[in-house]
Amino acid sequence: MAAQPEVRELSGAEMVIRALIDQGVEVVFGYPGGAVLPIYDALFKQNRLRHILVRHEQGAVHAAEGYARSSGKVGVVMVTSGPGATNTVTGLTDALMDSVPVVCLTGQVPTHLIGNDAFQEADTTGITRPCTKHNYLVKDVNDLARVLHEAFTVARTGRPGPVVVDLPKDVLFANGLYLPPESAPARKSYRPQAKPEASRIAAAAQLIMAAKKPLFYGGGGLINSGPRACTLFTELVRLTGFPVTLTLMGLGVFPASDKQYLGLVGMHGTFESNNAMHDCDLMINIGARFDDRVTGKVAAFAPHARKIHVDIDPSSINKNVRVDLAVVGDCAEVLAALLVELKAQKYKADPARIAPWWQQIETWRKRDCLRYAKSDTIIKPQYAIERLYALTRGRDVFITTEVGQHQMWAAQFFKFDQPFHWMTSGGLGTMGYGLPAAMGVQLAHPDALVIDIAGEASILMNIQEMSTICQYRLPVKAFILNNQYMGMVRQWQELLHGGRYSESYTAALPDFVKLAEAFGAVGMRVEKPADVDRVIKEMIAVDRPVIVDVAVDPAENCFPMIPSGAAHNEMLLGPEDKQASGPISEEGMVLV
Amino acid sequence: MTAPEIVEKHTMAVLVDNEPGVLARVIGLFSGRGYNIESLTVAETDPKNKLSRITIVTSGTPMVIEQIKAQLNRIVPVHGVHDLGEEGPFLERELALVKVTGGAESRAETLRVADIFHARVVDTTPESYVFEMTGSTDKLDAFINLMAPLGVVDISRTGVVAISRGSGKF
Repeated sequence: MAAQPEVRELSGAEMVIRALIDQGVEVVFGYPGGAVLPIYDALFKQNRLRHILVRHEQGAVHAAEGYARSSGKVGVVMVTSGPGATNTVTGLTDALMDSVPVVCLTGQVPTHLIGNDAFQEADTTGITRPCTKHNYLVKDVNDLARVLHEAFTVARTGRPGPVVVDLPKDVLFANGLYLPPESAPARKSYRPQAKPEASRIAAAAQLIMAAKKPLFYGGGGLINSGPRACTLFTELVRLTGFPVTLTLMGLGVFPASDKQYLGLVGMHGTFESNNAMHDCDLMINIGARFDDRVTGKVAAFAPHARKIHVDIDPSSINKNVRVDLAVVGDCAEVLAALLVELKAQKYKADPARIAPWWQQIETWRKRDCLRYAKSDTIIKPQYAIERLYALTRGRDVFITTEVGQHQMWAAQFFKFDQPFHWMTSGGLGTMGYGLPAAMGVQLAHPDALVIDIAGEASILMNIQEMSTICQYRLPVKAFILNNQYMGMVRQWQELLHGGRYSESYTAALPDFVKLAEAFGAVGMRVEKPADVDRVIKEMIAVDRPVIVDVAVDPAENCFPMIPSGAAHNEMLLGPEDKQASGPISEEGMVLV
Repeated sequence: MTAPEIVEKHTMAVLVDNEPGVLARVIGLFSGRGYNIESLTVAETDPKNKLSRITIVTSGTPMVIEQIKAQLNRIVPVHGVHDLGEEGPFLERELALVKVTGGAESRAETLRVADIFHARVVDTTPESYVFEMTGSTDKLDAFINLMAPLGVVDISRTGVVAISRGSGKF
């Protein structure tokens, strides 16, 4: 008898599983519930998809983000209706802000009950419309396959982002015909522009050849474009000999150990990066979006620079900063075209032309802006990260973070020589991102060393995922810089609110060692600088999940810092700068 | 310091897939990003391809207008955004239904004003008229202002629909 699986009708639930497999999905992060029971039943009957049972739906989305950002694949989430769906909102918004490809399947009450305030009903498409790239409510099983394939296309192409597909329970039970991805019709209205206009490439090449004080400014768009974009970017930077700075989302796209790299840019960026950004005569922005954390005061942002902006999303162009030359396209396509054009123009690097610029940059570098007061008695958070970096060098290390001071110190002191090894919540600034994200990274890279550099306040926001991590024996390391404060809040209260530490101190923290043990993980605590190396080595040596509680100086602040409302050349370099800069402007006070 | 940028009024035709939620996406974009909507109309104009045309009158600085167009274009079911003023001359029309209930002494005057504006009487009772009037937004405003003292009790307006002059599309 000839098998005829293509003709057989599938249930909606079976179609979901089939579509995920056809889309190359290997891992799904999810949590079951009434409305998605049919999918969980279909999941039970197969063994191609691996389901990771999270402890909270927000954790599922962050795990999918970590998985996606470290692997270049689409992260997949499956949750039930109502609270299952509403719990994903923070994660979806995070993925939208940082352009992470995620497909989130949500259960929904049966179509005939929609609008009746049924049990566990929520207007999921209504709620998630502003926090997704696109979303769908599937009311007919015959639309299901097409919608699912389209959801993956929309999530991964153009500027990537989260897509929600809301699935009423009756649609999951109904039978219909399945379409494989290759026969699903393409959506006519969705056409991201990947190829740049040739005239703009030529104009960009002209600007590059004429610049005396150029600066490359690379961002997360390079990561999203993929390994080819990162390689071409590095090739172009090295070909020109120009200095390069990276955004928080772009760390690793150019090797941090390279002499041409000036470090992180923006509010807590390096002195040399921010001054170079302020003084450059040509800024070549590739895959970054002039975020307010990077620009500071827009009116005083790089006042003498011609600006080139490469972005796949036309709405990023001229949104915050007006640019002289916009190039809409995929970073890899643009960089490839630019390299061809420069070759055709017989471009050769001209070190003499930019030598005075490099001399200037070297004087900024000599300020050694990341220096901090070392201590033999108390662990400085910077020291803990420096040692973590030093003791993990040469390994395949992936770092995730939570949000706050520890995140900025990690960005400053952990050096990334490769892309896709740094996962952080940049745009939304989501406390609680790092632990579930690390879980997702570890699933994509089972043999790697995955460390969540955390703060004690942030990690408590999704600490329940330790239970997931232990269930699947993921050897994730949570490296907590414990200063007992919401450190960045405390820092702003010190600098901007007269030292009135309103509600930023956590008076009843858990014993993290016992907490780790309660989950079935290994707990460690370190209180003296002399013990830091030993504990880090122990942490690395343990092939199990570990929480390391590092008691750090509670009073340490994160510098350099561009105060809100200030320009790049008005940085505070350390505590000694506080007085000199004078009070922060009223305009600056209202900024976040 | 740069001079404050001038706020301009723009009329845009947005071609979208006629599917549930598409209008919410457009409106949500405007409210979420703080853009102005002065007028918005929507109806299916291409039933064969299930396309609707949304006409939006909005205002903003040139930078904001550019953003609005880029953001609209980013919405998945949006096929195209046409800034009618930028693409050439265009026509704008709006329809209003105006109910007037003046006393007996003003009925003649009411009809005289309506006649000047080429407004049609579409309903009449001994106490009231309903006028239908089509024209530019300014002309409708002028008509309503003149009618106001004569006893306007209710107004319903469609908002602006627009199309380019000549043989070009949109």
